[in-house]
Amino acid sequence: MVADQAPATRRARTDVVRAIATARMTDRGPLMPILHDVMAEFGYIERDDVIAIADVLNLSIADVHGVVSFYTDFRTTAPPDHTVALCRGEACQAVGAEALYAAARAAAATGDYGPGTEVEQVFCYGNCALGPSGTIDGRLFGRLDEDRLTALTQEWRS
Amino acid sequence: MSPVTTWVPQDAAALSVGADEVAAALSAAGAQVRRNGSRGLLWAEPLVEVESDAGRVGFAEVTPADIPRVMAVDTAHPGYLGVVDDHPWLSGQQRVSFARVGLVEPTSLSSYEEHDGWLGLRRALSMSRAAVVEEVVASGLRGRGGAGFPAGIKWRTVAERDAPQKFVCCNFDEGDSGTFADRMIVEGDPFTLIEGMAIAGYAVGATEGYVYVRSEYPHAVATLRHAIDLAYEQGFLGADALGSGVRFELYVRVGAGAYICGEESSMLDSLEGKRGEVRAKPPIPAISGLFGAPTLVNNVLTLCAVPAILASGGAAYAQLGRGRSLGTQVFQLAGNVARGGIVELPFGVTLRELVEDWGGGTRSGRPVRAVQVGGPLGAYVAPHQLDTPMDYEEFAGIEAMVGHGGIVVFDDTVDMARMARFAFEFCSVESCGKCTPCRLGSARGVDVMDEVLAGRNVEANLTLINDLCETMTKGSLCAMGGLTPMPVRSALRHWPEDFEKRAQREEVR
Repeated sequence: MVADQAPATRRARTDVVRAIATARMTDRGPLMPILHDVMAEFGYIERDDVIAIADVLNLSIADVHGVVSFYTDFRTTAPPDHTVALCRGEACQAVGAEALYAAARAAAATGDYGPGTEVEQVFCYGNCALGPSGTIDGRLFGRLDEDRLTALTQEWRS
Repeated sequence: MSPVTTWVPQDAAALSVGADEVAAALSAAGAQVRRNGSRGLLWAEPLVEVESDAGRVGFAEVTPADIPRVMAVDTAHPGYLGVVDDHPWLSGQQRVSFARVGLVEPTSLSSYEEHDGWLGLRRALSMSRAAVVEEVVASGLRGRGGAGFPAGIKWRTVAERDAPQKFVCCNFDEGDSGTFADRMIVEGDPFTLIEGMAIAGYAVGATEGYVYVRSEYPHAVATLRHAIDLAYEQGFLGADALGSGVRFELYVRVGAGAYICGEESSMLDSLEGKRGEVRAKPPIPAISGLFGAPTLVNNVLTLCAVPAILASGGAAYAQLGRGRSLGTQVFQLAGNVARGGIVELPFGVTLRELVEDWGGGTRSGRPVRAVQVGGPLGAYVAPHQLDTPMDYEEFAGIEAMVGHGGIVVFDDTVDMARMARFAFEFCSVESCGKCTPCRLGSARGVDVMDEVLAGRNVEANLTLINDLCETMTKGSLCAMGGLTPMPVRSALRHWPEDFEKRAQREEVR
């Protein structure tokens, strides 16, 4: 949260964001690559980042905010410690993805995957012949089931 | 004795079931490990090949525990496939676009050259721009992204525009569930796409190309970026492609989790750094596309068909296929299927041959109940329609679509009313929100389907669903809202029992 940060930290972050935006300025349509770079650097895009990017690119804050809020990948809060993302596309549903997703949500809610774990839905990883598919902290897995999810999340719980 | 040479795919699908662990175990056991793309037999992944006097012999579903038997080429191993090239699942295919995928090291330029790489580009650069366009027209190639628009006509439209700047954009936002051919060709043979784009750039007079890749494909992004760097180093891209004086610069841009950016005008807006909202047409992108300039937008598979077309001539490509569906289609077998993967064949093969002969029926062993063809916006095809040949017009004739060639199999446990609800739900999540029929229609569709699923006022609510489908079909700006009714209506048409008298049926169970 912005309010919790010391002014010096906030200034440092804004400087980094401005440098990222400035480095991309000569690209055509640079906003998406800039937002990806900020995500890669900080894990999320906060209000002050939006203001800084808008200033560098000479866009309105609303324009930049509109883009940030349109795309699922752009977070505006700090990411969770661990993310389990499960595919709910039709191909994965054909092999039980809905039940797996429901079970994973329930498991995360009761803390079975440990604290700070978020379970989210994704539509398609292009792994449709080896479903159900999902990523665990960004790494792709196929032929998933409940036991495998429990085993794979064990790593950060032990 | 020289070490055993093995091949382990680095395709994301193979990695998802442990290919890296297998590769590491092979290295530790003293084998030489080379990394290829997937041969397309995804059911067999991780599929390890061992070089032998007879050729590359394969082992299916290899785990680190299997390594000693694999390295000894133990033909009694349950996963032993024999010489992979001779395996009927592969030898029965006719690979044109996927000819190199799985055979070569994806980012080896020398390997690409050895396997007929750059022949198309070299020939194109020896021809006039207009002649290259006409070669594509003669091939009969239609857009492989789903819409099936004649590629040559699109190329001609862009080529004939007189403008100081034109662009070629590759739509690699492969978001349809059940499709993965774009990903696999880029991960397994990225130079083919680069070559196709360079040819396109020359033909239409564009000096800059953009590949728009979805963020769910990080492996493809990395492979493609690496391949582009190599192509620049060796002079296939840049200010003077192959010493011909032709300039073509190629850039990769990554999406951010928006299905709608697979719609070409949304993709262009996203490339411009905007919200990925659909544009009203006209003007078409060929007239006014990226930053208002004439822009050729083609799918990955469309552009990947181009090098072979230029190398062997459009007429040779048009010999394949049937009717107005010419050339090969890269079919993708997915979902509840025993042998899923890539099957490239000329148009005209029947859906039954694909699902039963190549796919081997369901993975669960239960009867096939429904097959969704062409992604989330494609129809659910019923078992009595399985003999329909894969052909754009034949599929339109049964109110379905070939789309991008994705084939998702469901067994008899599927609840088609739930799948209809999901079609609306998916649309409501992924709609860009620009037009009302799509933005509100999809949300309303979810609400009404919930009533149907609860068994309340089923008949009246199904009438409402039909009205809603009509409004969305006729009133939406793009295919997202316009085609969401296709799976819904096909489910209603073929499996009415899943919708009707739902409450009573639930009680009986």
